[in-house]
Parts: sequence; structure tokens; C-alpha cells
Amino acid sequence: MVNEGVKIMVHPHSVELKHITKTFGSVVANDDVSMNIREGEILSLLGENGSGKTSLMNMIAGIYYPDAGEIKVHGKVAEIRSPKDAFDLGIGMIHQHFKLVDVFTATENIALGLNESEKFDLKEVRKKAEEICKTYEFDLDLDQKVYSMSVSQKQTLEIVKVLYRGASLLILDEPTAVLTLQEIKKLFNVIRAMKKNGKSVVIITHKLNEVMEISDRVAVLRKGKYIGTIHTYEASESLLTEMMVGQKVELNIDRPTPKNIVKRLEIKHLNVKNIYGLEVLKDINFDAYGGEILGIAGVSGNGQKELLEAIAGLQVTEPGASITYYPQNSDDKMEIIGKTPKAIRNAGVHLSFVPEDRLGMGLVGSMGMSDNMMLKSYENGHSIFLDRKAPKELANEIKDELGVVTPGLQTPVSRLSGGNVQKVLVGREIALSPTVLMTAYAVRGLDINTSYTIYHLLNEQKEKGVAVIYVGEDLDVLLALCDRIMVLCGGQVNGILDGRTATKEEVGRLMTSHVTNLEETAGEDDVDSEIYQTEPSKAAAEEVKANE
Amino acid sequence: MSKENTIKEPLVRIVKKDASSTKRAILVRAVAVILALVVDAVFIFAVTGINPFGVYGVMFKATFGNKLRFSWAMRDLVTLLCVGIALAPAFKMRFWNIGAEGQVLMGGLATALVMVHLGPALPTPLLLLVMFLASAVAGAIWGVIPAFFKARWGTNETLFTLMMNYVAIQIVSAAVNILRGKASSLGKLNIGTEYGWFPKLFGQRYYINIIIVVILTVVMYFYLKYSKHGYEIAVVGASENTARYTGISVRTVIIRTMILSGAICGLCGFLIVGGRDQTISANTAGGNGFTAIIVAWLAKFNTFYMALISFLLIFLQKGAGEIASTYALNDFAADVITGVILFFILGSEFFLNYKLIFRKNVKEVE
Repeated sequence: MVNEGVKIMVHPHSVELKHITKTFGSVVANDDVSMNIREGEILSLLGENGSGKTSLMNMIAGIYYPDAGEIKVHGKVAEIRSPKDAFDLGIGMIHQHFKLVDVFTATENIALGLNESEKFDLKEVRKKAEEICKTYEFDLDLDQKVYSMSVSQKQTLEIVKVLYRGASLLILDEPTAVLTLQEIKKLFNVIRAMKKNGKSVVIITHKLNEVMEISDRVAVLRKGKYIGTIHTYEASESLLTEMMVGQKVELNIDRPTPKNIVKRLEIKHLNVKNIYGLEVLKDINFDAYGGEILGIAGVSGNGQKELLEAIAGLQVTEPGASITYYPQNSDDKMEIIGKTPKAIRNAGVHLSFVPEDRLGMGLVGSMGMSDNMMLKSYENGHSIFLDRKAPKELANEIKDELGVVTPGLQTPVSRLSGGNVQKVLVGREIALSPTVLMTAYAVRGLDINTSYTIYHLLNEQKEKGVAVIYVGEDLDVLLALCDRIMVLCGGQVNGILDGRTATKEEVGRLMTSHVTNLEETAGEDDVDSEIYQTEPSKAAAEEVKANE
Repeated sequence: MSKENTIKEPLVRIVKKDASSTKRAILVRAVAVILALVVDAVFIFAVTGINPFGVYGVMFKATFGNKLRFSWAMRDLVTLLCVGIALAPAFKMRFWNIGAEGQVLMGGLATALVMVHLGPALPTPLLLLVMFLASAVAGAIWGVIPAFFKARWGTNETLFTLMMNYVAIQIVSAAVNILRGKASSLGKLNIGTEYGWFPKLFGQRYYINIIIVVILTVVMYFYLKYSKHGYEIAVVGASENTARYTGISVRTVIIRTMILSGAICGLCGFLIVGGRDQTISANTAGGNGFTAIIVAWLAKFNTFYMALISFLLIFLQKGAGEIASTYALNDFAADVITGVILFFILGSEFFLNYKLIFRKNVKEVE
């Protein structure tokens, strides 16, 4: 009894979700969500972190099975129990963490997805994959091994893999999170090409500007609930923000004028090699001042981690480098290079560090808030036993002041949401009354409200005279928050800009211009073209072409 | 409704749940024991035709039959528990010390050598002290060798500690051969003089073992939970990166903790040789070094829980032996009976961490 009329609707639905609910323990990830994805559209799935975007899409892709509700694919109720079921229905998902075999070539990785019944013929696979690359104008070397690919190439490979298996609906989970501006542009072209070829695409994201640029419609989730879907041409950033967070949030970050700036850290000739002997930091020179926020911009993996860890005493450095600390109340400067974190602390340097890997480095996931508070202070006192009273009080204080949501101080922090984990970590580091505060990707994965709490805390520290070093990835935030912005690229300082006057394009360009020798080009009027000529990186070369 | 539209939800789904309350935890475990006894009863009756309640009675009596049997059970319990206590800090640090067997043997050997060679020369209290120190040092050395290699060069401690067992077994076998000289077997050491034998307390030498292990249980509990060292062990075990970030020297903690772990294993050898056997052989550790791994992990390194789990294992082991001899069953039948009990108790852990959701049986009206 299929109604013939259903088939010739104006917007046939590729996937319909009806009253979908999914819970994990006591956490409700999706609460009675009903929405649809149309044939041949680009749909953005927008929401703050923890709003249930990924878990909802995981149910379409067969990773999770809904606790309640039903999923219809092309008008028919579908039971999607595994990713294979999803593929059979033409649904493919590209996850945030790529699932590729490093030592295999692109073609071999594509062949991994073959059905058992299909003949294993690498030549045939390569031919078909090549056709796909041609159709969508993918820039991919099918014979390249995955370990030598850039993040963007790996992502392209994942897309080809999914298309190879005949997907008509592609779900991309935060695809731009790890890409540079240029790579994002390329990705968007790919997505548009897929749409032109009749595919439906869902992009999970929390970046508004991307939503506006690429999608036909936007569906918004908030705290697991479905808020609504609107056409992008009807949408504005403020409307979407309102849908996302529930109330209008002022998008202006405070930037108090720096007062009483004093030199706190001086880094000279810092060189670091990684375990393979490759130079990851090349002759870094800069100063950090108390009373200002120094931003560090750069595509992740360009030396940010090593730089902060070198200052924190966690990284072996090459001889000849110096990191000089200028104490607050005396003129005696102090050399901290080569000292362990403990030695630095014992020398009276209040150096706080919020590392990128919060649960793997900054905190102990299996311990509660209270025990995490004493990570840097457990040795205080002469007793062989721990003093748990002070850390408990501190934990309570941080919980109240920063509004950490936790069932109890003993609940393992790994069970808290990302935002609350970060509040615990930042709270502890600030409670150590630092003179230098380094943060790496302090707001990564956090929702807007928590991000603002963090910005506010950093500004507070700055006004107290702390030298704040903020390694960030969102250029808008860097430009709005930081007094100076140092751009790292390929382990080198590509420039230090004034945060008040720098433009996004300026920073973006410095981030992707690999310079072999900065001194040679410094002082020239037309620095940019000079840079591009010294090291014609692929992205840069394209940029030049585009400029011409 | 067309046929392809009738699609079934999976019959059972497994969902992770929040931590169970203590009340529920006890209830689940009690149900597990009862179920185990029922399954065992069916097995016993079906296979042997023996009255299952009789079998349970015999099993119970193996430990609780009389004072002496109970004290034997306690003696064996503390031997197992002592090794478990030794392993707890190592495992909490995520250092896979599979070498307790060898560390116990080396401690036992050191004790035996001191007994034989210094027995006549030293007064009893001093002799016991030297035996104690020698055993701890020997165990510590056996434990610290793999720890040093791991801390310095990142070698795999699981294989290293495991292989150290076999070295220890060979050394002890060789030493036993030398000690026995021309005799056919070693027998009790210092049999005439009783040099280095633990003094009798309430008529048994091994009561001293029990007292020492009870003290160790309490001390280790506080060491792991409330001391600064214990905190460092927990941090290193959770994440070496966090430990580095904090300024904890991972190397120092690994080496220090393995000295402690090995020393307590060695001490266990001292208790076995001085307090229980008064002799040494390659079987002195008796597999306790491996069984204790189960004890330590099941108890999540809480030494008091470790005592309970040791008790369960010893109770089952004694019971199986008694069933086999009383009913002239072969050992395997008895092992099946105790195995079923263990299976149910371990299996109950699953129901404390996960819950099953069954398909709601909604019959559609035709």
C-alpha cells in the first residue's frame, strides 16, 4: 500500500528521523529529535559542544542504535545496526578521527572497504577511484602512503572511500576543525561538487561563518533537543547563535588596555628537535610581558606544543638556547632552561600551564576534583601523608566560582563534560597565583558560554600583571583577545603582530608561509611575494595564483 | 503493512550504567552465589548422583570444620594475601609485575641461607632480624632489576618479570641441591637446633605470619590511599604525561615502588620459610605469585577487599580438595564445582557495570 504520490514530492527526503532518543547512562544525548535531510542538499547540523550532533549522526551511520524512535531512509523504515547497514543504504560518515591504515597507500585503504563478495583487484579499485577523483576534482595521489599525507589529504581520502562505496548521503563530523583557511576553501569546493552530482551532505559544525557560507539549510540542536531547521538565506549569525545557545550572547570579547607592562620572560635562540631528529622549533626569539596577553597563532603542529613545553621544563632543548625569567619583585633574572618543572617551581617561579591534553597531561582523569587540585602541591608540608583538606577547600571554591557541574568532588573528572574539565584545570592553575600563565587551545571543544568564562579569567590575570601566553586556533578570538600575536609556522616565528591592528588575512597568510630565513625578507616592502618565492609551498603557490 | 517494513529491534542491548549503590552491589553478588550453588547442585546431582547439600557441607567443613583447619586456611590465606599486598602498588602504578613468584622464591632462599649459615652464630632475635632483612633485600633486588631496565630503557616489564621467575626457580633448585648435599632430600632446615624457626604462638609458628600480614594489610592500605608516595603511584599509573607535567620523576617512582613490591614479596618468602615450611624448594611460592595477580586486580588494589577475595579463593581451593578426597571424585569434578562458583561471582561484575535492555514485546494486532 505504498502511496504513489509520496515519490513525487518537491523535496524528497533522503533521511527522516522520528522521535529519536538516545541516552548514555544518565546523560540524555538526544531527546525526542525529529528532523529530516533532503535529497541533494547541504545541511549544516549546528550546536554547541555536547548538544548531541555527533551522537545523532552516529545513529544514522550505524555506530549507535537509538533507544527510541525510528529512522526512515528514502521513505522506508530502516534498521541501521552497523556501519555496513548504513553503507548498504548509501549513507557514509567521515569521522573527526580518520580511520585509515598508515602504512597503506590511498588505493589500498579504499580497497579495505570492499565487500567480501567483491573481487579484490587493486588495479580496478585504482581505476574507479581515479574516476571519482576526476568527477569531483579531488587533489589526491592514489599511490601515496597515508603516513606521508597531510590532514587535508587524509580527509579527502576518507571522502573518496565513502564515495567509492556508493554513498549518496555523506556526513562530515567537524570537517574543518583541523584544516587551514586554504584547505577549508578547498573542502567547500569539494562539498559543492558533491552536491552538483546529486549527493546529500550533512556537516556537523559549531562554526557559524562556515554554516553561512556552505549550507542550504541549518538544523540546530541544543542540549540534545531539536530546535529547528531554517534556510540559510533566512538565517543570520545572531539568529543562529540565539537558536544555539537559547539566549542572545554578546560576541564581543573584552580587551583591556595593558597597564604597567614589564618583561617577564625572554626566549632566545630556542631550538628543539623531535625524537626523529627533525627540527620542530627553529631559533625562536621573543619576549613575554606581564600585563599583556601574547597570542600564538599557527596551524596546529607547527611547534606550539613544543614551545610551551620547553618553557614549562618538559622538553629537551638544543644547546645555546636561553629562557630568562624576570621575577616580579627583584632584579635578579633567572635562567630556567634545563630545569625540571619541579625545579622551576622550587626556584619560586609561578609558572602555570594549561596543556592541550587536559585529561592526559593537565589532570588525572580517574581522580576527583579534589585530588586533582593537589597535583602541583601535594608535596607541601613535612608529613609523609597527604593534606587533603586544603585541596578540598580549593575544589569547593573553584566549583562555586566557576560553576563546575559535577556530581561530587570525588567523581572522576574524566566523567565531566569538556567544559567542566577545563574549568577545573584552569581554576587550579590560576589558584597557584601565577606570574606566567600559558594556555594551549584553552577553549577547544568548549561551548560559547564556557569560552567566555575562560576569556574573562585570562583578562583578569592580565590585569593582575600576569604574563599570559594564549595559544589559539580561532583567528577571530586571537584578534579580539590578544595584545600581540606571534605567528608560528614550520617551527619558526613568522612574525609578531599588534593584535589591535592585525587583520585576519595577515595572520592567515603568515600561518601558511613557510619562510626559510626571515631576516632576508624582513624590511622589504613587498614581504609577501618575497616569502612565497623563497619557499613555494603548495598552498602558498595557489594563493599567489589567486592574487594574480 | 508490507513485509519489509516490519523490522525488529535487537533482542538485547548492553548499556553502560552509572556506578551501582553498595546495597545493589551486595545484592547482585548474593544472587550470584545463590545461582552458582543452584547450578552446582544440578551438576553434582546429574553427574555423580551425590546429594549436593552433603557436598556443600563437606566443602564448608574444609575450612570451618575445626579450629586447626580454620587456622590452616588462615595460614594459606595470609600467604596469598601477602603477595597480593606486594603486587598492589606495582599494579596501581600500571607496572605489570608478573614476577612475584620469583621474588618470593629469592626472599625465601635468602632466608634459608641465613638460617643455615648464620643460625649457630647469632642469637634468635638478631637471627630473625637478619633473615627478615636478607629476604626483603633479595626480593627487592629481583624486583628492581626489571624496574631499572624499564625506567632507563623502556623495556617491557611483563616479559622481563615473567622470565625472572624462571631464573629464580633455577637458582633455588641449584641451591637446594647444594644444601642437601648427599641426602636424598633437603627436609627441614636446622631440624635439630630449630635455628631461625619462628617461635610458637598459641601452639603454631604461623600465627606470626598472620599477625605480620594483618599489619601489612593496614599499612599498605594507608600507604596507597593517604601517603604522598601513594599519590605519586596513582598519578604515574594514570598518566605518565601528567606525572611529568607535575614534576614527579617517573623513573624514581617506578624504581622505588618496585623495590617496595619486591621487598614485600621477599618478606613473604621469609614468612613461608621461617613460619610455615622451615624449608625451601622450587615450589615454595606455590603459584601464589600468579594467583595474587587476580586478587590484586579484583580488589582494585584495596587491601581489605583483597583479604576477602583471598578468603574466597582459599575457601574454594580447600573445599575442592576436601570434596575430591571425601567422595573419591577425581580432582576435575571438584574443580568444576569451585570453578562454577568463581565464574558466577566474577560474572556478577558485569551486571554491576552494565545493564541489559530487552526488546519491549509489543504484539501488533493483526
